[in-house]
Amino acid sequence: MTETFQPKIIAFACNWCAYSAADLAGVSRLQYPSCMRIIRVLCSGRINPNFVLKAFEKGADGVLVAG
Amino acid sequence: MSEVENISGTVGDFNVRVVQHPRYIDVEKCIACGLCAEKCPKKVSSEYDAGLAKRKSAYVRYPQAVPLKYAIDNNCIFLNKGKCKACEKFCPTGAVNFDDREKEITLNVGAVIIAPGCDAYDPGVYDIYNYKTSPNIVTSLEFERILAATGPSGGHVVRPSDNKEPEKIAWIQCVGSRDLHPGSQPYCSGVCCTYAVKEAVIAKEHLKGGLDTAIFYIDIRTHGKDFETYYNRAQETGVRFIKSKISNIVPADHPGDLAISYVDESGRRVQETFGMVVLSVGFSVPQQAVALAKKLEIGLDSFDLAATGSFDPVQTSKPGIFVCGTFESPKDIPQSVIESSACAAMAEQTLAESRGTLARTKEIPVERDVKGATPRTGVFVCHCGTNIAGYLDVPDLVEYAKTLPHVTYVEDNLFSCSQDTQEQITKIIKEQNLNRIVVAACTPRTHEPLFQETVLNAGINKYLFEMANIRNQCSWVHSNEKENATQKAKDLIRMAVAKVSLLSPLYDPEIDVNPSALVVGGGISGMTAARNLSKQGYFANIIEKSDTLGGQAMNLYQTWDGEDVQAKLAELVQEVASDPNINILTNTQVKKVDGFVGNFKTTVDMAGKEQVIDHGVAVIATGAQEFKPNQYLYGKDPRVLTGLELDRKFIDNTLAVDDFRSAAFIQCVGSRIKERPYCSKVCCTHSVKNALALKKRKPDMDVYVLYRDLRTYGLREGLYRKAREKGVVFIRYDVNKPFTVSNENRELAIQCFSTMFQREVEIKPDLLVLATAVIPPQDNPLAALFKVPLNEDGFFVEAHVKLQPIDFATKGVYVCGLAHSPKPLDEAVAQGLGAAARAGTFLSKKKVFGNAVVSGIDERLCRGCRICQQACPYQAIDFMKDEIVCRVNPAVCTGCGSCAAVCPTGAASVFHFDDEKVLAMVEAAF
Repeated sequence: MTETFQPKIIAFACNWCAYSAADLAGVSRLQYPSCMRIIRVLCSGRINPNFVLKAFEKGADGVLVAG
Repeated sequence: MSEVENISGTVGDFNVRVVQHPRYIDVEKCIACGLCAEKCPKKVSSEYDAGLAKRKSAYVRYPQAVPLKYAIDNNCIFLNKGKCKACEKFCPTGAVNFDDREKEITLNVGAVIIAPGCDAYDPGVYDIYNYKTSPNIVTSLEFERILAATGPSGGHVVRPSDNKEPEKIAWIQCVGSRDLHPGSQPYCSGVCCTYAVKEAVIAKEHLKGGLDTAIFYIDIRTHGKDFETYYNRAQETGVRFIKSKISNIVPADHPGDLAISYVDESGRRVQETFGMVVLSVGFSVPQQAVALAKKLEIGLDSFDLAATGSFDPVQTSKPGIFVCGTFESPKDIPQSVIESSACAAMAEQTLAESRGTLARTKEIPVERDVKGATPRTGVFVCHCGTNIAGYLDVPDLVEYAKTLPHVTYVEDNLFSCSQDTQEQITKIIKEQNLNRIVVAACTPRTHEPLFQETVLNAGINKYLFEMANIRNQCSWVHSNEKENATQKAKDLIRMAVAKVSLLSPLYDPEIDVNPSALVVGGGISGMTAARNLSKQGYFANIIEKSDTLGGQAMNLYQTWDGEDVQAKLAELVQEVASDPNINILTNTQVKKVDGFVGNFKTTVDMAGKEQVIDHGVAVIATGAQEFKPNQYLYGKDPRVLTGLELDRKFIDNTLAVDDFRSAAFIQCVGSRIKERPYCSKVCCTHSVKNALALKKRKPDMDVYVLYRDLRTYGLREGLYRKAREKGVVFIRYDVNKPFTVSNENRELAIQCFSTMFQREVEIKPDLLVLATAVIPPQDNPLAALFKVPLNEDGFFVEAHVKLQPIDFATKGVYVCGLAHSPKPLDEAVAQGLGAAARAGTFLSKKKVFGNAVVSGIDERLCRGCRICQQACPYQAIDFMKDEIVCRVNPAVCTGCGSCAAVCPTGAASVFHFDDEKVLAMVEAAF
């Protein structure tokens, strides 16, 4: 087996800060690994523990809550 | 890129001739992809990076610029030599236009607001600090860029000479300010002390290895709201503060290091070596702004700044022309923002009659009912020129999207946002009978409103729309891994499609607005707000706790610049009292507040009689008091007065000046102490002003001011200079050493420790004036009634300390005057006007539309536990006592969803961000 580990990370990003920071990273062309999938929420305070558990249940290797 | 050429006419009818310089890039076509800058071969010094880095001739000034559109400056090789056009060749939208020429535009306007700002002082002109020859001496603005994550060193604190982390950094205060030398300004720039403290604290945070920071200062002037606390914290974290005079800065033995020679407070000569020196430069007056002022024919003061008065802080000498920001006087961001609102209030008042005459109504097509219909989703994949298509396999994305559930139509566009594509999308939605739309393109933060408009034009509810962010968060950040990035884009599209299928139509709530205001507090700021609102055409109620209007202004003799407060106050009271649009209720207090923005119902108590007032907005202008101390023989010896008590004697002309041979002022009585850490801001200027007034009445009187830091900020510095010229003696006392006031044998005596003489001094004044703190009410029921917060000191907390200094997080409630923080009269007037402007933006609409993406509570599931109510940061949830359920007020809710996160039964949720939708996206991510 020579397959390299490709993690999958689910990120919950606050619309007002983390999500716009991710946009700005794009404008600045900052490069980072393509393994993250960002889900926009209106506030990181809205994150229900179920969301995190669901992500792990589906096979996420990491969950990022940013806000 | 425009300048005023000239102006003619008068208030209500100005003609302003504006010259617009060529941009060489069509803003309608530019998509801010940055390719022109990337390909442009011409490098020039970046103004935004304070010359520390390069930019291209084709550029955008900084990443957050508005509008986010590129421009080509005069350094362009094609413009100078007729060859190049690399930008034109690579621009994917054909936005580059070298035929662009200077345009002349004439604007017919009723009022003019000027906000030209100031320049930063250039220490290289009279280079006394060797700034030009030492790369490691930087200005504070250059240091800001060194600290910034987007700056030339990526936020890593390194010194320019060798890119190494410095071990010691010094800040030199008052560079170009408080200085009578050529090129410098005599005034205090008002902002540099606080920003130097901030830079030192942040630099320490960035360099975790124990950076040594020292600030060389004359007086630390952290007089703004909460700034003193910040200064205290900086001292606790080890920032050194050295009161001193700088002799020179020369290269030290170790390469790149700098030796600072200075004289300390006690007169000792000292030398210390630093790795880097930051010059805290002040404001200088830009000649372009002066030229503009001359074109507008407005009066300038002795510094060439726009002349204004304390009671009309934004009114220039010419009716209909208003000024805000640092071109009025040196000031920080919150005060600049307050003044910009004050200018808006003055313009509103000037143009009240013509409000709405240029407004147009938009025609919106009838919405197609899609309830119960199976989702027919259309996916539009944008190439964004090459911004997406250059890094992702767009045809593959299109084919993939066709396989997703409910997707019935997919196409790709060169630019989904262009005008012609918008029309095309509208047509396709109708033809294909689509009822859900996904656009895979840039970011919803900039483009969601545009596409929602497109959807709306096709007769579909605008909330049946979702974006997949495949540019900013995909192609741009994974530009070297096409396969993986394409896979990620597929996932993002699949997640958006999964969510959009579950969406249902939402409707923006409509709120009726009662076009009247309740102003709580009849002091100078409250009356100013009410008078302006009335002139804007709204009804205002002023409720005043005491039996008379006037507030603290009734106790003031003169403003700092010598205006007669009582005469001006009487005019204002007269004007307000005779205004039929203003209802004044004295001896009245707020009992109960019901309702919300647009429709408040406030019950007031008028000396035992209750009345309900309906109003659309509320302005809190409840003021503050002068602290009455229990020290320094106050109340025990008639020769000891507070600052306002001395003013009262000046007003009544009852001060027996001939009886006094000497007088002393003690500063910071009750301020800047452990129990009350804030600076009261007004007292230094007030004491200096009164010291001068005593000197004027009796020039041979010995007048002493015992101070800690003399905070005559901004243009008030002139008073301090004048007081020293007139022989007022300023003695800095050590707050940590004993300070006593005694009157043994009927002789009033002060003993304190002078930091300059390094010994105890004794003064025997005949009159002792205590500059006591400005204190808010001990108990403030208004905060709970209007659901707005108070800080630890008891002042109201604004929505955002810099950008929303008048608003509360609670919509429709505004704050002004001393209730917000200690401030002098001119700033209270400006904030009163600002509050009227903020209120006016709301009252000018008969109906307003709220945001439909809000929370809702399913009352069948709600148990009335009220946890959501505690979690809600916006006080948007009311508890229904009879039904035992909580209910969201959509007019107040922002849709943050904190309620949904804490609700134990799942009753609370955010429309379109509820558990079902978010979980669907999580599921679809795999």
